[in-house]
Amino acid sequence: MIRFAIRALIQRKLRTVLTALSIVLGVAMVSGTYVLTDSIGTAFDSIFGQTYKNTDAAITGKSAISNNQSDTTTPATFNQNLLAQVQALPEVGAAIGSVSAEAQLIGSNGKAIVFGGAPNLGFSVDPDHPDFDSLNLVDGSWPVAREVVIDRATADKKGLEVGQMIGVQARGPVQRLRISGLVTFGAVSTIGGATLAGFRLSTAQDLFDKQGKLDQIRIAAKSGISQSQLISAVQKVLPAGTQVRTGQEQAVEDASGTSSFISFLQTFLLVFGGVALFVGSFVIANSLSITIAQRTREFATLRTLGATRRQVLGSVILEALVMGVLASVAGLLLGLALAKGLFRLFDAVGFTLPNSGLIFKPRTIVVALLVGILVTVVASLRPARRATRVPPIAAVREGVVLPPGRLARFRAGGAVLLAAAGFSSLLFGLFNHGLGTSSVLILMLVGALAVFVGVALFASRLVRPMASAANPLARWSVVLFSVLVWPLFSLPFWLLRRGAWGPGSRGSRVGGFILGAALNPVLLIMVLIMVSRRAATGWRPEWPAEFPSVAPDRSATDIGGENSRRDPQRTASTAAALMIGLALVTLVATLAAAIIKPFEDAVDQIFTADYAITAQNNFSPIPPSVAAAAASTVGLESIASVRGGDGKAFGKTIQVTAVDPQAAEVLTLRWQDGAQAVLGQLDSDGAIVAKSYAKSHRLVRGSPISVLTPSGSTIQLKIAGIFDPPSGGSPFGQVTISSATFDRNYAAPQNLFTFAKLRGGVNDANTQSLEASLKAFPNAKVATRAQFKSNQISGIKSVLNILYVLLALSVVVSLFGIVNTLVLTVFERTRELGMMRAIGMTRRQTRRMIRHESVIIALIGAALGIALGLILAGLLIARVDFMSFALPTSQLITFAVVAVLVGIFAAIFPARRAARLNPLEALQYE
Amino acid sequence: MSASPSNVVVANGITRQFGEGDTSVHALRGIDVCIPSGELTAVMGPSGSGKSTLMHILAGLDKPTAGSVHIAGTEITALGDTELTKLRRRHIGFIFQFFNLLPMLTARENVLLPLTIAGAKPGPGWFDELIGRVGLTDRLTHRPAELSGGQQQRVAIARALVSRPSVVFADEPTGNLDSTTSGEILALMRSSVEEYGQTTVMVTHDANAAAMADRVLFLADGQIVQELPRSSPRDILLAIEKLGIR
Ligand SMILES: Nc1ncnc2c1ncn2[C@@H]1O[C@H](COP(=O)(O)OP(=O)(O)OP(=O)(O)O)[C@@H](O)[C@H]1O
Ligand SMILES: [Mg+2]
Repeated sequence: MIRFAIRALIQRKLRTVLTALSIVLGVAMVSGTYVLTDSIGTAFDSIFGQTYKNTDAAITGKSAISNNQSDTTTPATFNQNLLAQVQALPEVGAAIGSVSAEAQLIGSNGKAIVFGGAPNLGFSVDPDHPDFDSLNLVDGSWPVAREVVIDRATADKKGLEVGQMIGVQARGPVQRLRISGLVTFGAVSTIGGATLAGFRLSTAQDLFDKQGKLDQIRIAAKSGISQSQLISAVQKVLPAGTQVRTGQEQAVEDASGTSSFISFLQTFLLVFGGVALFVGSFVIANSLSITIAQRTREFATLRTLGATRRQVLGSVILEALVMGVLASVAGLLLGLALAKGLFRLFDAVGFTLPNSGLIFKPRTIVVALLVGILVTVVASLRPARRATRVPPIAAVREGVVLPPGRLARFRAGGAVLLAAAGFSSLLFGLFNHGLGTSSVLILMLVGALAVFVGVALFASRLVRPMASAANPLARWSVVLFSVLVWPLFSLPFWLLRRGAWGPGSRGSRVGGFILGAALNPVLLIMVLIMVSRRAATGWRPEWPAEFPSVAPDRSATDIGGENSRRDPQRTASTAAALMIGLALVTLVATLAAAIIKPFEDAVDQIFTADYAITAQNNFSPIPPSVAAAAASTVGLESIASVRGGDGKAFGKTIQVTAVDPQAAEVLTLRWQDGAQAVLGQLDSDGAIVAKSYAKSHRLVRGSPISVLTPSGSTIQLKIAGIFDPPSGGSPFGQVTISSATFDRNYAAPQNLFTFAKLRGGVNDANTQSLEASLKAFPNAKVATRAQFKSNQISGIKSVLNILYVLLALSVVVSLFGIVNTLVLTVFERTRELGMMRAIGMTRRQTRRMIRHESVIIALIGAALGIALGLILAGLLIARVDFMSFALPTSQLITFAVVAVLVGIFAAIFPARRAARLNPLEALQYE
Repeated sequence: MSASPSNVVVANGITRQFGEGDTSVHALRGIDVCIPSGELTAVMGPSGSGKSTLMHILAGLDKPTAGSVHIAGTEITALGDTELTKLRRRHIGFIFQFFNLLPMLTARENVLLPLTIAGAKPGPGWFDELIGRVGLTDRLTHRPAELSGGQQQRVAIARALVSRPSVVFADEPTGNLDSTTSGEILALMRSSVEEYGQTTVMVTHDANAAAMADRVLFLADGQIVQELPRSSPRDILLAIEKLGIR
């Protein structure tokens, strides 16, 4: 039987390939994700492992707050006296101290050297103990005072050489240092595009503002001393606020941020692979049902020859299984290529991922194959059950209607119920407070799946009215499209072919040819290929062809529209695949709009300064020295910064922010209790909190509140004011104090934002003088309110773009679905098409008829998808406080246009096939 | 009529009505018929007289509105789908007007298909003998698309015979072939009756074809109106004329 299944697939090569493609893409996404993340993970593991290769124990500062939420808190440092104490221990063979922090390299053009938002790592190196260092010196020498070693990848990319001077900016203004050497990190030349800068310890301490302090001590045991002996010996001399771990433990600890990022990336990408597979399952189910309808006679014959229903069921499932295996294997391999391509792509945009070879784990193979095969087989179940209902008599009688299945009459009702159950699951997950995150996610996932399947099943009822409604829209959008491509495609193509093969006078042909070539040189190449193919083989291009016209062809489109209503279930299933992709892009677009709008409103309300100063990448914290430099700008009226760090209050980790006294002049809050002036009078124990925080902890003006800081100190505060932040949020954390108090309790404080007001407000002169005073800080950026808004949103926008790209995959899968349906339909209607061609339908009319049907399918999918996306987004937005519904009109129009284009492109191939049918052969076809 | 062992197929009081009410068609109106073992029975009659309908019912492809059908002693009108399928495997072979070969299988595979489905193997020598008999020895690896109509029907005949069913039904087996090829195919069917004792029921419009049968049944308006033993084409044509049914 397996031989028959394979034969049956080979018999319908084109259809099999088209059907399988939808699974290939999804599986490729899954396997590509695994290969990519496994490879990155392994590379990072080796990096972190290497860092501590000769380290038996590592001492680090200990934060009083266990789980750090923000990256604004620098790990606690400790006094460097500890190093001498540790070195004096009899168990210790060698020990070195080190500091590390962000160190921005500045190119000779005065611009910061950044590669795609990758970190800029700065650290001390100890050339006397090379054993501890995983850096390899590949050129020059280790640094002495006022020298730096940088990584070779950065040097190569920026053309830097040993002996040159380079700017380095850490806590203070830019320092000019001499490049003493180039290093690589173990075997890898770069870690995710990060720049490396290594200094002498004393230089590093100065740069990082950590004089007399250390971030870490690495210890090697004396030979014969075990790790546990060493640890317990070290523990005896450890002061409060420090901790000791083994080298391996420290490596795991350092890697934890990266590992959780990689596992996030993995889940994130797998979700989109899952979406593509889900859409693919629709395509498969639909293609199989169509194929099975076309093979009715075949199944009936099998039944007359003694095949039982079970055997028919088995043979269809077996075919699906074989197809699933082939598609999954192809997808697996394509995934490998995809991962490779992604590495290249990231490299090209400067974000080089660490790559020590592609990792192809058995798990990748197992999961990719299993998922691909399972999805295919599950999708084949319904069509296979249909096949079993083919009665033997269909072998001898034309047009036998399949007896409806036992459940057929519950179909519409069931679909509605399923969708309703899906929505209730979504609502329950969203609005039932007190569920865990994972159960909310599962409820929402199951709910969304049920909604999609339910709507898809019910959609066949909507096809007729929707197709009629879409009819004029489809006609006119295609006319519009034809008008747009006419001068650059249709006309030159016709001119070029006329030039090549006539008719007409020599002069007009040559003239037309040259005009055509000038309008579209790509087509020139195509036509030249056609000419040579015609000369070399007996191939006859389609010529003469009618002069391209853009006028709508009523009769062709009318038949196309009719065809789209002929089999509502088929049209609905095909459209449903596109619906899913469009629902998801609509969802993310609407959610993004729902975040952006309130955020902009919030900035408009709070930001009453003229300028904001942020890091170049808009989100990294910047050292307070930047604000200090800006403060000297001529014409400055007021300047205030917002600092940020972790804290702990009421037993929970919170974000603590701090403001300068002049904040009252640059930031405007709405107050529930207190006044604007409070911002300037926070003093040593004043704190302000947001309304919601005050409510949940029953705080009023004057209430005491104590905040634990990472260094272990506790700040005793009194509530000085309660403000009412706009729904789009505020720059403040849960508790906001004065920067003076903050600086007393936090090591190496950093600013999140700095706001400044200048005499004369925003004008070119003020912008220039502010920028001039920040000249020593290339990492800082000046922005007006409008720029600040768009800078802050740019993060959301790029996330949005990534989501669009990933969701495009599922739209492509549904495009294949439409192609597939149309090819199958053309095949099925061969006789009919031949008859229509025989009674006078032109090739162009045939093409237009197919295209019209395709565009109608796409429009139905778009309408359902956009509606569903808006509803789902509305639900989420209703649940989340900081979002408010705003219709992303321009995006929605774009999506509809994309849907029409999908329809037009999907029709190209099937329409060509239909138009190529020879009327005579088509009529003889049996 | 009784279900004697010499009658492979016995049908009693068969009626078949299509549709309900005004538009209903009485395709068969009370038919009693026996198909004796080892004979070639021809069924003739004007278009629309119910020949195909009768065949379908006798072969268990369709259910009668009333009446009963026994095949090899088993009452089939009451059987469930699976039992009926199993019975079909053992007792019934089909030859179709449009061949109904599976396009992706070779001639050999098509012929063996009923056995493959039943999970059986042809007896030793049987397959080769059969293929030699239908004259397909050098065409076994071809696909249906690579065979002529006559060759395709030969494959179909071999397929019907390969499992040695109790009865073979053929509905206008030559309806889609030219006269020379038709003659060859009919000779082949006759020889299968002669050499293998294959019970066969054949619907035909061709008096020459009917003349090869051991018995000819005439159907008109859903009823058997006459029955002839083995006769010459002339007698058959005369009978048709007399009945006024052509
Ligand atoms: N599925 C059906 N539904 C409705 N009426 C049917 C159906 N099948 C057959 N009939 C009717 O039953 C009658 C007998 O049909 P049948 O196909 O048995 O005729 P026939 O003798 O085989 O004709 P022909 O020689 O043209 O093949 C006809 O009037 C036909 O219209
Ligand atoms: Mg008939």
